[in-house]
Amino acid sequence: MRAPLARTLIHLALVALAVVTLLPLVWMLSVSFMPQGEASAFPPPFLPHHPTAANYRLLFAADGAGRYLANSLWLAVLTTLCSLVFNSLAGFAFAKLRFAGREALLRTLLAALVIPSQVAMMPLFLMMKWLGFVNSYAGVVLPAAAGIFGVFLVRQYALSIPDELLEAARIDGAGELRIFVRIVLPVLRPILVTLAVLTFLGSWNDFLWPLIVLTDQSMYTLPVALATLSREHAQDNELMMAGAVLTVLPVLLLFLALQRYYIRGILIGSVKG
Amino acid sequence: MGREGEVIAKLLPQFQRLHPDIEVRVQQLPWNTAHQKLLTAFAGGATPDLCQLGNSWIPEFAALEALEPLETSVAGSSVVQSADYFPGIWQTNVVEGRLYGVPWYVDTRLLFYRRDLLAQAGFSSPPRTWNEWRQMLAAIKARVGPDRYSVLLPLNEFEPLLVLALQQPEPLLRDGGRFGNFESSGFHRALEFYTEAFTNGWAPPVENTQVPNAWEELGRGYYSFYISGPWSIGEFKRRLPPEQQASWMTAPMPGPDGPGASLAGGSSLVMFRRSHHKPEAWLLLEFLSSPATQRRFYALTGDLPPRRSTWEAPELADNVYARAFREQLEQVKPAPRVPQLERIVTEMRLVAERVVHGDLSIDQGTIELDRTVDAVLAKRRWMLAREAPR
Amino acid sequence: MRAGLAGWAFAAPALLIIGVFFFVPVLGAFAVSLTDFDLYALADLHNLRFVGLGNYLELLHSRDFWRALGNTCYFVIAGVPLSIAASLGAALLINSRLTRLPALFRTVFFAPVVATLVAVALVWRYLLHTRYGLINWALGGLGLHPIDWLGDPHWALPAIILFAVWKNFGYNMIIFVAALQSIPADLYEAAHLDGANGWQTFRRVTLPLLRPTMLLVGVLTVAGYFQLFAEPYVMTEGGPLQSTTSVLYLMYEQGFKWWNLGLASAIAFLLFLIMLAVTALELRFSRQRESA
Repeated sequence: MRAPLARTLIHLALVALAVVTLLPLVWMLSVSFMPQGEASAFPPPFLPHHPTAANYRLLFAADGAGRYLANSLWLAVLTTLCSLVFNSLAGFAFAKLRFAGREALLRTLLAALVIPSQVAMMPLFLMMKWLGFVNSYAGVVLPAAAGIFGVFLVRQYALSIPDELLEAARIDGAGELRIFVRIVLPVLRPILVTLAVLTFLGSWNDFLWPLIVLTDQSMYTLPVALATLSREHAQDNELMMAGAVLTVLPVLLLFLALQRYYIRGILIGSVKG
Repeated sequence: MGREGEVIAKLLPQFQRLHPDIEVRVQQLPWNTAHQKLLTAFAGGATPDLCQLGNSWIPEFAALEALEPLETSVAGSSVVQSADYFPGIWQTNVVEGRLYGVPWYVDTRLLFYRRDLLAQAGFSSPPRTWNEWRQMLAAIKARVGPDRYSVLLPLNEFEPLLVLALQQPEPLLRDGGRFGNFESSGFHRALEFYTEAFTNGWAPPVENTQVPNAWEELGRGYYSFYISGPWSIGEFKRRLPPEQQASWMTAPMPGPDGPGASLAGGSSLVMFRRSHHKPEAWLLLEFLSSPATQRRFYALTGDLPPRRSTWEAPELADNVYARAFREQLEQVKPAPRVPQLERIVTEMRLVAERVVHGDLSIDQGTIELDRTVDAVLAKRRWMLAREAPR
Repeated sequence: MRAGLAGWAFAAPALLIIGVFFFVPVLGAFAVSLTDFDLYALADLHNLRFVGLGNYLELLHSRDFWRALGNTCYFVIAGVPLSIAASLGAALLINSRLTRLPALFRTVFFAPVVATLVAVALVWRYLLHTRYGLINWALGGLGLHPIDWLGDPHWALPAIILFAVWKNFGYNMIIFVAALQSIPADLYEAAHLDGANGWQTFRRVTLPLLRPTMLLVGVLTVAGYFQLFAEPYVMTEGGPLQSTTSVLYLMYEQGFKWWNLGLASAIAFLLFLIMLAVTALELRFSRQRESA
């Protein structure tokens, strides 16, 4: 095929695919600015006649969207912080610190990756009830504070830390914790950013577990609130689209800013041992 | 839940004035997840102090020993007087001789219809029997053509079929609620009528999520009959344009041979056993049950009061739309009062959906339904057998 | 040994969390699946009965379970190849030497992956609306009959498949792009010198070298698709006529709507076993092909 023709065709295909990919998101944004009832028409409108921010005002005023946003934000931040601390410590340990049963333990953990998380959900709920963590931030953060994938991610990256570096520090008399904080963490920084991005996104988008463990509406995160409200307000498309925009926008922006790290996380995670 | 959840905020300021030291936090639940959420709350030990509970759920929560018995509180109260309540409704709150709730409002389902469209089809009054209704449905369908319909029967709602089933003399469960009775001729007749509405094209085979706004669609003439409850009175008044307000009206449900029964529904106010604020919760319950508050509540929601004295107030006695409800309330039957009710009506709806879709014949449907319901009730039979020698 | 102790100390918090909040519940789930734990038992543990494998047998005889499994398999069998094809196609387009602004397109294609599932599922629910949805409007524009996507039992699952492909193709695309970029350029040069055209190059050079990646992507996607839940939950509530009830959705209904925790746990474990078996088959199949 001649190069210019090929180039045109390829770009045509790319643009077409891009349109299909973005259309739902753009439509979501557009409908969120339509007044109530305008979207339920045939032919379906694409742009609002008179854009209005009324839906957003309603979301924050009457439906407490500010609360849900705050919950989502808090939970995501807390989970990310915990995840960074626990997963980095453990990941480094699995990579560079010898301890009894290390390899067997690692193999078990990796094997357990196959188990779908939903298997654990009901007994976990009962356990949370017993611990008194139902309907609390702890109930949502704790199960996600450390994870097999996170530990593995850090471990893979930490394998590349030169042993000599660590040995030299030990000979100088530094304790393990000090070595970790002063030497290892700076080296791990890129993968930690990746871990933070992945954890934040995962927590923000998490749906099923918060749905189960948060019983009080004031504790809901955005996805849970959206799912619950959508079943009730089946008729208020425009309002729901505004809610959807509110839910999606932060993570899209975060992704745009840090996509390099996110993509790296996928690549490392999938090229498993 | 639902509209009541939205409205209660307006009733609370007066309560706060009377009891400034009590703080009330309101949690709203959408109806379609309320049952699930309350069970989760119970399992998680996070139940509220005072709660609105559909009275069909009371046997279930009573079986869980989640609810606080209220006889003593009622006996000592000057506000809550059991004699003033419709007896049939009061009874739905009594399980094995103990009182677990105080009725808050009553609910039933009946016809909302377009008078003008009915008149255009040649009928001047609403149907009183199934046969009259059949004629009207057919006539309207003939007029509106293939893209519009005569009645809305959402496939994911069990209430319309349940109402038809309750109008039959045979009960839905037999032997003290131990086995299904869906193979009875009564339920057969109900399911036949229900299915007929779809095969004749009188009802669109849709779920209520596919009808973005059921009230506006009645206004647009997408269908002429809509089976709903008291809250729709307010919705129609709000959502239909002024010029259409004279076109809609309510009517009691037609039955197989004459005016028919409907669901004895409604919500009660219940208190959970695990609450740490029972005296305060009771004060709120009393406040919400007083005739004065009930009148205000009615004005805000259109929910019908369970106390006869409140019905005598002019705003109700003069409400033309409420008259059909007053008439219907004389003929209401409760759904079977077993803890597994929610499950059973869901299975009933699923089988009905399959019959409507043509996957099962009506006979096959009823046989399968009985089989499923018998299995659902298995644990109940075991529990009852265990308690038997008492 | 100091290092040994430090190793345990460092790993302990994470291991504790994973152990307590994952492994223990999983074992607990297995235990519960051997009982008839339900609402009555929730109220009073004396109402609990041990039923051994009773739940599992009941499921294997249950129409609902087989239907859910059938739906899930349909979703996997139809969705995975479509998704992989879309991902590979997009990756090839982006990776082409002739493409300008590949990074921009890569970002665009990846956007749906990041967007919250609940939110976009909601958007698609409206897009798929029979009368007011953009998709049927487009179909009408092409002269086709509008489809009752979410109301017709034959079309509901295809609608969800369409949505899932849209949402996920960017993810595997990234993996494919990385794999494509690792193919040495001189192989392509050699093929070009041999006079191979685009399609032949693809078949003889690209595809074979992509095989390990295909396997990886296949295993990951199959595992992910078996866990179909959120889409039916948000878009169709398992209907119409339970045509979109997946195995996990069934588990959710049994467990959290009806509180049959015993049965629900059994469903989860059965799913896990099935996924394990399928993954093992995939791996063995690929090993056989490689040795062939």
